[in-house]
Amino acid sequence: MVQLMSLDVNGRAAPVSVDDPDTPLLYVLRDDLGLHGPRFGCGLGQCGACTVHVDGQAVRSCITPVSSLKAGAKIVTLEGLGSLDKPHPVQAAFIAEQAAQCGYCINGMIMQSAALLNETPKPNETAIRQALAQNLCRCGTHQRIVRAVQRAAGTL
Amino acid sequence: MTAPALSRRSLLLQGGALVVGFSLSDRGASAQTFAPVATNGFAKPVAPDRVDSFLALGADGHATIFSGKVDLGTGVETALTQIAAEELDLPLDRVTVVQGDTALTPDQGPTYGSLSIQKGGVEIRQAAATARARLVQMASERLGVPADELVSENGTVRPKAGGQGLSYADLVKEGRLDLKVDPAVKTKDPAQFALVGKPVARVDIPEKMTGRFTYMQDYRVPGMVHARVVRPPTIGADLQGVDEASVADIPGLIKVVRQGNFLAIVTEKEWAAVKAAKQLRATWSEWEGLPEQGKLWQHVRATKVTKDDVTSSTGDAEAALGQAARKLEATYDFAIHTHGSIGPSCAIAELKDGFLTCWTASQMTHALRKQLAAMTGLAPEAVRCIYVEGSGCYGRNGHEDAAGDAALLARAVGRPVRVQWSRADEHGWDPKGPPTLIDLKAGLDPQGNVTAWSSQFHIPEGAAGNVPLVAASLADLPHETTMAPGNIIGNSALPYAFPNVRTVCHRLASTPFRPSWIRTPGRMQNTYANEAFLDECAAAAGADPLEYRLRALKDPRGIEVLKRVAELAMWQARPSPVKDAAGDVLRGRGISYVKYELNRTYVAGVAEVEVNRSTGQVRVPRFFVVQDCGQIINPDGVRNQLDGNVIQTVSRVLLEEVTFDRGAVTSLDWSSYPILTFPDVPEVVIDLIDRPTEKPWGAGEPSAAIVPAAVSNAVFDATGVRVRSVPFTPAKVKAALQGA
Ligand code: FES
Ligand code: FES
Repeated sequence: MVQLMSLDVNGRAAPVSVDDPDTPLLYVLRDDLGLHGPRFGCGLGQCGACTVHVDGQAVRSCITPVSSLKAGAKIVTLEGLGSLDKPHPVQAAFIAEQAAQCGYCINGMIMQSAALLNETPKPNETAIRQALAQNLCRCGTHQRIVRAVQRAAGTL
Repeated sequence: MTAPALSRRSLLLQGGALVVGFSLSDRGASAQTFAPVATNGFAKPVAPDRVDSFLALGADGHATIFSGKVDLGTGVETALTQIAAEELDLPLDRVTVVQGDTALTPDQGPTYGSLSIQKGGVEIRQAAATARARLVQMASERLGVPADELVSENGTVRPKAGGQGLSYADLVKEGRLDLKVDPAVKTKDPAQFALVGKPVARVDIPEKMTGRFTYMQDYRVPGMVHARVVRPPTIGADLQGVDEASVADIPGLIKVVRQGNFLAIVTEKEWAAVKAAKQLRATWSEWEGLPEQGKLWQHVRATKVTKDDVTSSTGDAEAALGQAARKLEATYDFAIHTHGSIGPSCAIAELKDGFLTCWTASQMTHALRKQLAAMTGLAPEAVRCIYVEGSGCYGRNGHEDAAGDAALLARAVGRPVRVQWSRADEHGWDPKGPPTLIDLKAGLDPQGNVTAWSSQFHIPEGAAGNVPLVAASLADLPHETTMAPGNIIGNSALPYAFPNVRTVCHRLASTPFRPSWIRTPGRMQNTYANEAFLDECAAAAGADPLEYRLRALKDPRGIEVLKRVAELAMWQARPSPVKDAAGDVLRGRGISYVKYELNRTYVAGVAEVEVNRSTGQVRVPRFFVVQDCGQIINPDGVRNQLDGNVIQTVSRVLLEEVTFDRGAVTSLDWSSYPILTFPDVPEVVIDLIDRPTEKPWGAGEPSAAIVPAAVSNAVFDATGVRVRSVPFTPAKVKAALQGA
């Protein structure tokens, strides 16, 4: 049965119609709302490519059924974090460090790091590595990613 | 057939000139993808010997470069922009690159083997230099000034002495750049380089960091529907029945597509396809054609040899072994690996009016076009493959197979179909790096010098080529029947000057999984065995591993990378292993060297390791690497590639192994096929040697070749125990330590 829902995505009301309450948030964001930030990597909660913020927390959208979201939950994606003209400090730091190869994993890296810096503004390198331990990168960009987070934290 | 053309950047024929106007709003697919529109009968040339196959100058002063090589996340789009802008004397922001579109870009061969700059970039450089020379010639005629008194800069040709010049846009109106690429054209003197050799920022990174980039997985076409494939539970199972009623409740179900053993679900919405693929009940025959994993190496050894490739033969290795003062013998093995792209493969195909268009992240769109044509029975001219960047692929992963799936499904449902593989599809069905088994023997003289070297590599037959498409195989449509593991015999011969050497590759008739190339195919495995076994010889000779290599190395550029990495890593000259190792965590260092394929890039590396004596766990906290790839186009891009190649290979060497039962791959996710994560990623310390006046060589995968041996050598240095089986898992290391 088709259900109409209103999500709060990147500060805007986003009406969506969902025909299956199990639909993961990731598919709603990508397919219904046309967003490119959150990415499909595993659908299993193992890689972090799909990470978004829900009420400020980094969440794996591939295993978050859209029906499980609390009413009024504020969803922020990579697009909502910042833009080309006004990048979020973490995005700006990733650009400055040229912290990407293919960049497929980077959505997760930025969203996870931004959530970390919200809670812990000055993490040391070990804390950054720990916070990103569940985010996979196959290209081997890790070293630059850590430096970018340090740069965003002002600890480089 | 519609003549292919550009829409965003409209390609027009104006007064006989090839003029490309374009607007660049965002990158990724949108900078790349063009709906077919009329082009006044003009078809973009793609012959690899024509200048206008490679570039077009726009009325707005922009140049568009058409590159058959594509950016797989390595930064090559930026590097090609630098090369073209440099040679054309244009600012960087007036050069754009169109990649891998069979209707628009010349066939420069697949994007593999670290050849995008070495081959692709050099071809573009020649085309650009030929174009520039012609522009100067045209200006000379129009201005009445001799060509050698003219200078090109910033998109204009003007007299050196000063005075009015002519813009490229003005000049090109006089006629298309309809001329042959001059392979002998004088390219820019490296001393004049303003862009090449500089750490230019990547053109794609800002969009990728802000969610504005369109990857293949994001790409959409009007009227498109979604599909998921349902692969057989075992590789050789036959489809016996499908219970379509089992998915009758799926909203927006369009079709259950069945053709031979090919099975897929097509739905209006993506999630419905995911759900239906899980829910669909199908019956398959039993199949148990894989060897037992525990007996993999016996299986490899017992596989029929179809031919021997003798890759080097000097003196008489057998006789010299017989006379050697001391003999060593060892066997090395290297597990089956998967590419493990973070984004599973994805493609879209549309069949309209007898014309197939396929949007794909394929590293070889021109070859894929032929495969799709063969599979569908269409003429190659009726197939267009358009590259859209996907997740990094590191070789021939599932991108082409997803394209095959999409083509088959587009035909079955008559609408554009997007196929997105699942994680299990990618881990289970992308082609694999084959298992490699290597036997080595060496003879030493009384001083410990190598007098004889004999090695035998047990590797599948075949070379580079087209890897058969899964859809074509399952649906029993025309497909290749030969294996294409890549050029895996490279670096089986040695870069050292020993008096008696024989290196032989026994080419096997089969290998358990459909093989393909994965970053540094064969060259990694071969270098690993050679450089680790050489370390065994050094230890037997009681020699310092660096000094031992330098003894037998005559190539000055090779000597330089080794000496520089020793300096970088503060190498202490002494034989391995460390004396008086104590404590629970043992530390060591190992060195390794390659001259890639014995004819290009030089790399030397030093690994530092920590081995936990009680758990057997190996960590690589730091890795030093020095590379000489000739002329460097973008040093920051090269560093990025070195980071990636080292880190990914440390992951492969410490952790990775495809597991399987008698029917199929069982390592279908990231918990059963773990890769290195942040807490364990080494610090990569890099020193680059730039030689601006030399040829530019591959800067990516050569560095992966040295990693496995450096780690093995470091483990030996730390523990006195030699690990000869990749991956170096805690269980194997612990067993070796206990056996010692
Ligand atoms: S796609 Fe969600 S964790 Fe991998
Ligand atoms: S940059 Fe490619 S997966 Fe991380």
